[in-house]
Amino acid sequence: MATTGNKNINSKLVLLGDVGAGKSSLVLRFVKGQFIEFQESTIGAAFFSQTLAVNDATVKFEIWDTAGQERYHSLAPMYYRGAAAAIIVYDISNQASFERAKKWVQELQSQGNPNMVMALAGNKADLVDTRKVAAEANATGFVLQLTCLQEEAQQYAQENGLFFMETSAKTAANVNEIFHEIAKRLPRVQPQNPSGMVLMDRPAERVASASCCS
Amino acid sequence: MDEEYDVIVLGTGLKECILSGLLSVDGLKVLHMDRNDYYGGESTSLNLVQLWKRFRGNDQPAAHLGSSRDYNVDMIPKFMMANGTLVRVLIHTDVTKYLSFKAVDGSYVYNKGKIHKVPATDMEALKSPLMGLFEKRRARSFFIYVQDYDENDPKTHGGMDLTRVTTRELIKKYGLDDNTVDFIGHAIALHRDDRYLGEPALDTVKRMKLYAESVARFQGGSPYIYPLYGLGELPQAFARLSAVYGGTYMLNKPECRVEFNEEGKVKGVTSEGETARCKKVVCDPSYLPNKVRKVGKVARAIAIMSHPIPNTSDSHSVQVILPQKQLGRRSDMYLFCCSYSHNVAPKGKFIAFVSTEAETDHPETELKSGIDLLGPVDEIFFDIYDRYEPVNEPSLDNCFISASYDATTHFESTVTDVLNMYTLITGKVVDLSVDLSSASAAEE
Ligand SMILES: Cc1cc2nc3c(=O)[nH]c(=O)nc-3n(C[C@H](O)[C@H](O)[C@H](O)COP(=O)(O)OP(=O)(O)OC[C@H]3O[C@@H](n4cnc5c(N)ncnc54)[C@H](O)[C@@H]3O)c2cc1C
Ligand SMILES: Nc1nc2c(ncn2[C@@H]2O[C@H](COP(=O)(O)OP(=O)(O)O)[C@@H](O)[C@H]2O)c(=O)[nH]1
Ligand SMILES: [Mg+2]
Repeated sequence: MATTGNKNINSKLVLLGDVGAGKSSLVLRFVKGQFIEFQESTIGAAFFSQTLAVNDATVKFEIWDTAGQERYHSLAPMYYRGAAAAIIVYDISNQASFERAKKWVQELQSQGNPNMVMALAGNKADLVDTRKVAAEANATGFVLQLTCLQEEAQQYAQENGLFFMETSAKTAANVNEIFHEIAKRLPRVQPQNPSGMVLMDRPAERVASASCCS
Repeated sequence: MDEEYDVIVLGTGLKECILSGLLSVDGLKVLHMDRNDYYGGESTSLNLVQLWKRFRGNDQPAAHLGSSRDYNVDMIPKFMMANGTLVRVLIHTDVTKYLSFKAVDGSYVYNKGKIHKVPATDMEALKSPLMGLFEKRRARSFFIYVQDYDENDPKTHGGMDLTRVTTRELIKKYGLDDNTVDFIGHAIALHRDDRYLGEPALDTVKRMKLYAESVARFQGGSPYIYPLYGLGELPQAFARLSAVYGGTYMLNKPECRVEFNEEGKVKGVTSEGETARCKKVVCDPSYLPNKVRKVGKVARAIAIMSHPIPNTSDSHSVQVILPQKQLGRRSDMYLFCCSYSHNVAPKGKFIAFVSTEAETDHPETELKSGIDLLGPVDEIFFDIYDRYEPVNEPSLDNCFISASYDATTHFESTVTDVLNMYTLITGKVVDLSVDLSSASAAEE
């Protein structure tokens, strides 16, 4: 839910994409600057907030991770509700994950708000670099294949109103950039959302200071 | 699916989702499935197309009603007491951060053919047209007694032991007339029949205090709060909690069949030819129809309107209680109204429910006194559903079955059922000692 006031923008951001594409890793990299190679899905953490300053505004992202509910296509409508931005993630070394990313875009277009800022992230970009050497050596089609996918993704994004970046949660390449770009593109004036209240067990300050929790 | 779980939960109704969340947080390995492709089971909220499919047999809602997805029509409509048990569970589990609430505008009671605001304090009692001049003063002293009553401070007890004195005796002491007793008992203490009059007064006094404290909490016109986008958000939020703690979710699993071993104990659940093994099953009555019995039925009407309920000061969300005696019935009737102000309908539209424990098979006639209070409606749907209770012995079969949602109950009984089931399943008690006295809410 994006709201404005003195150019302080609060916005809900959701991540979508196949299991294993690197959604949680992107968030972890962005919020904590960490990367964990073979991490089990993190238990108890699927809600983060992170503030970014862009030229004319301070954007506070409230980031919702899927909590694994994408695995059997069982995400609740609540997940999309009120989201001002979405990052649809695929794994560049996995063509099938790109095909499914398109399905997620469709799902968003049917469920989400029409003014949502959508980013397409081709994640694990580091895999190109590391395998490039090997690929050149063996003259396999691997790099070529990835390059094709990149062009296809770029074109798909353009045609469907998303912006596209290749990212790597591992090397941090383009991670801050993709969130920055979203922050820049968020509408500065948002339709007035009906304001509700959030129940808490302690007065006021808790919501403001929360940076990461389950 | 070919794995072993501690618990398999079937059905994503509110009760099942709360349990799934509590059990996952406890570290149990949970698989949660539903035959439907949406969350919420019987306690879901429907959009307009889904509503039409369910009650009209087609998917073509009238165009003038607006966009289907702007509607979130509760199938089990209830408000939450601002200081009630469900709020404690929400805070205890930290699920509150997924939800936004708004106070409910009004709380009314039907009395001698008219709708009146329910007075919650001694001051409101003095202003209420529900009572005559002298009755007001008597009611005021009674309200003051209740407000001052502190279980731990005998000086506030007025020389009475409320664990022994009946409600009837306590009320007699203040000389209140039947009319006053009726709205206090049904619209403030929220009793569903008149048995409370013969029972110890402590329960009623506590309920009245809860009502007043809940009204005070958000300075609304009622003790109730309600989530934006409808109650269907609650099961989703608890399901998310469960998933965050490792619970696995599968919707759209047809024909979930519970499998038993030779001793009659649960051993797994089969769906689409695959069996997941488990030690325990938690489910709603529809997944184990042989282990439940019918205990009653609920009659209700769901109306879409373009105006608030008349005579409720234009409340955009309101409840009206029609005590049994006022209608010559055996059970109370409830009006419940929500609108675009809680994001359950497009701008200008209101959703009203009339419901009661059914005494006949003719909801249209039975609900008439409630429906007459609504004024003109754009659309109205009638429905009767059966209520079931489990009859199995969980210690023998390891099946933990929830009871159906009850027209004549409320979230209190919903949450009590859940907490009891949790204790049966785990042998533990949920500690709900959140500090509500310092609880608050923040504007988003
Ligand atoms: C289809 C349907 C429609 C309904 N419509 C209405 C309606 O329009 N208006 C309405 O008031 N109710 C209605 N009810 C019942 C309603 O849910 C509760 O009676 C009422 O809202 C109480 O609030 P709560 O359950 O949120 O309080 P809870 O949070 O569950 O209760 C908190 C505390 O309140 C006390 N308490 C409150 N109410 C009761 C009670 N009735 N019995 C026992 N203890 C209680 C308990 O001691 C508890 O500790 C309906 C129920 C159904 C199934
Ligand atoms: N090489 C590489 N591995 C990554 C990258 N991002 C994620 N991974 C790995 O991919 C796996 C799945 O990541 P995860 O974030 O859990 O994916 P999710 O299911 O989409 O949340 C993990 O083993 C990560 O370490 C990346 O940018 N590069
Ligand atoms: Mg993940």
